[in-house]
Amino acid sequence: MNFNLNLSHFSAAVVFALFASIVFGITQRNSTMEQVKYGLYCFAMFVGGVFVAGWVMALIRR
Amino acid sequence: MANPTTDNPKDKSKNAAEPEYPLTTMAVIAPIVGWLIPGGGHILLKRYGRGVLLMISVVAMFVIGLGMQGRIYQPNGGDILDMLGFVGDVGTGVLYFLARIMDWGNVMAANAAADYGKTFLIAAGLLNFIAAADAHHIALGKKP
Repeated sequence: MNFNLNLSHFSAAVVFALFASIVFGITQRNSTMEQVKYGLYCFAMFVGGVFVAGWVMALIRR
Repeated sequence: MANPTTDNPKDKSKNAAEPEYPLTTMAVIAPIVGWLIPGGGHILLKRYGRGVLLMISVVAMFVIGLGMQGRIYQPNGGDILDMLGFVGDVGTGVLYFLARIMDWGNVMAANAAADYGKTFLIAAGLLNFIAAADAHHIALGKKP
């Protein structure tokens, strides 16, 4: 493919979290409202995990 | 008074022999279509909204992975990790075969973004496997 996409680590993690959360929400719950809630929960956990891991690595580096 | 439907041992053995969710033709076809065409299994089962969202998610992750110069694994990589990468990549179905035909993703990871791209490609395939399994469950009647 002839296009080049340059995403930072954080933006790549957020895009990954978005699409993975959509799939998890749809596949792991039954009703539409449950799917939306679970998708949002997964997204929050993914992005929250990025922040937590980032802070842990920053503290280890000091 | 004894209940004739539950106390008869013949009826009990008949109920035990019948699976709760019998395997149907659609329960076999839907996951195969879902694997080959991301979201296709759900669309085949008339879950249009879910199917389109799954398609957008998997295709977007695949395109972003290729855009980040991610590598497409080949089945005969030789290394066990390459084979696992192939299993992940092949989960995207026709997208994988299209990429192989068009020679997309035939690059070595030269920077961090390419490494993220490779991860996007593998994750897209693995997520599509989950979506195909979900289509199977819907076709069986386990899930609405």
